[in-house]
Amino acid sequence: MSEHDPSPHDRSHDLSINRRDVMLVGVAMTGVTLVGFGETTAATPSAPVARPEMNLTIHFQVNGRPIEMSVDPRASLLDVLREQLDLTGAKKGCDHGQCGACTVHVDGRRVASCLTLAAKMEGRAALTIEGLTPADGPLHPMQQAFIDHDALQCGYCTPGQIMAAVACVQEGHASSEAEIREYMSGNICRCGAYVGIVAAIRDAAVTMGG
Amino acid sequence: MRPFTYARATSIDGIHAVQSATGARILAGGTTLYDLMKLGIETPGHLVDVTSIAGLDEIRSHQDELIFGALVTMSDAAAHPAVLQRAPVLAESLSKAASPQLRNMATLAGNLLQRTRCAYFRNGPEYPCNKRMPGSGCAALDGLDRGHALFGGSRSCIAVYPGDWAVALAALDATVDVHGSRGMRTLEVANLHRLPGDTPHLETVLEPDEMILNIRVPVGRLGQASTYHKIRDRESYAFALVSAAVALELDDGMVRQARIALGGVATRPWRVPAAEAALAGQRLDRAAALEAGRVAFADARPGQHNGFKVALGTAAVADALMIAAERSPSR
Ligand SMILES: Cc1cc2nc3c(=O)[nH]c(=O)nc-3n(C[C@H](O)[C@H](O)[C@H](O)COP(=O)(O)OP(=O)(O)OC[C@H]3O[C@@H](n4cnc5c(N)ncnc54)[C@H](O)[C@@H]3O)c2cc1C
Ligand code: SF4
Ligand code: FES
Ligand code: FES
Repeated sequence: MSEHDPSPHDRSHDLSINRRDVMLVGVAMTGVTLVGFGETTAATPSAPVARPEMNLTIHFQVNGRPIEMSVDPRASLLDVLREQLDLTGAKKGCDHGQCGACTVHVDGRRVASCLTLAAKMEGRAALTIEGLTPADGPLHPMQQAFIDHDALQCGYCTPGQIMAAVACVQEGHASSEAEIREYMSGNICRCGAYVGIVAAIRDAAVTMGG
Repeated sequence: MRPFTYARATSIDGIHAVQSATGARILAGGTTLYDLMKLGIETPGHLVDVTSIAGLDEIRSHQDELIFGALVTMSDAAAHPAVLQRAPVLAESLSKAASPQLRNMATLAGNLLQRTRCAYFRNGPEYPCNKRMPGSGCAALDGLDRGHALFGGSRSCIAVYPGDWAVALAALDATVDVHGSRGMRTLEVANLHRLPGDTPHLETVLEPDEMILNIRVPVGRLGQASTYHKIRDRESYAFALVSAAVALELDDGMVRQARIALGGVATRPWRVPAAEAALAGQRLDRAAALEAGRVAFADARPGQHNGFKVALGTAAVADALMIAAERSPSR
């Protein structure tokens, strides 16, 4: 069925899928707002392009701030942070979960924001490098340690490294150099600043009480 | 990326009905599905996010069985004390996979259903690929096959099943509870994935409207003396070049039971019963372990660039057996 297909929606399936526990969280396609796979209508597959009215509304927190916003169902958390919320700390390195440059925390755990569908953020809380410490406060011990140990060159991977490193310490995975290397292996540094990164984490782990 | 509708399920009831009516796909962590949607390889019109369903994120440790809910994350399972103690092969297969970030996102059921990393499959329409586009051919057969299968391939496809967890589960005779329009059924993990044959695009025996609810692992005498030994191009954060999931039951140094499954070298998780049989009743020493490794790879059918995996895999099996034996309560 294409976007222009005028044939009426076949409602024969609707009864069988009239279940309230499968709740559609607000998607509109071909001009019809879907409130569920149930009574209203099932979706028309294969609308050719995203149109603004296809967006869905999500409520979540970013760096402690409650946010309600409209997102394209296809958008990643990374794209929403960077393009819609102007939080450009998290970087897009690979966009496929392979490099760690986009690392942020969701509900206290580090994730790859490029592979996190923004729609999944409903009710959750994200922490980005911008929210690691209050804007006018001192640097986080991990940020300071990265400076002290020259743990970067171009800096592109650094926000992701720092968010991963903070989680690494909080998880209790920073007790030795070998453990740090293993638990930081999801963050690639093209400049090869690894020696400084490991040293910085060892240092900050002490300051952070890890 | 093709547009899709996004729905969030709060209970398993009705998911199969939605799936059969609309062709909706289940979304768990999204680390396989969303990744492949970005590449235009998966093009679902509807997603049902199952990660808000309560009760599917628990691990239960019973006397003879570990039960994992489908939505348990890889990181939670890898760190679970009962898993670490009773079946280290399971914990290691997870902690040696992907990265900490991905393990926090990815679920145990989604992990089973991850798709191949064959570069011709992932890189899109400029390459023929029967898995991506049935009937188009297979670029790997005459191509760069360093990462391709030594076991289970066909003239249509030689793509490796890349996961680690399923290999460990296959070694322990694990099963999955599956729920769909036909009700509940239980499948062996070792039979969940199909051989490619002439239809490499059909990867599992699951129906399109079936959802995995639980993964059950019998752990009795077998479990504790086990390991997942994974050889990679780099120390960490890479798929297996070759891996061996091994579990042993030893009695005074003699093998009563051995289980061996291979990863990184086959089109699906690959048990090697001949190697298991070769060990039964033997005293486990380095020579016996190496012989088991040789038997495990006796039927290997390497291509042009992956022949090195025969020697590598033989040694990996032997090393895994020796590591597992060290963990036996009765050596
Ligand atoms: C960079 C990178 C490196 C990786 N390295 C490794 C590695 O070294 N070893 C390894 O084993 N894996 C590795 N992976 C793969 C990763 O482990 C899988 O992507 C992940 O486990 C999939 O789980 P998910 O919850 O994200 O699944 P999703 O992407 O949400 O789903 C995957 C598939 O399973 C289906 N599905 C999900 N849940 C269910 C269910 N309950 N019932 C039925 N169908 C379901 C979905 O419809 C989809 O088809 C890597 C991935 C990336 C991106
Ligand atoms: S090996 Fe399989 S997945 Fe890879 S190109 Fe050939 S058909 Fe496609
Ligand atoms: S941009 Fe997310 S892991 Fe590379
Ligand atoms: S500092 Fe340049 S990529 Fe890490």
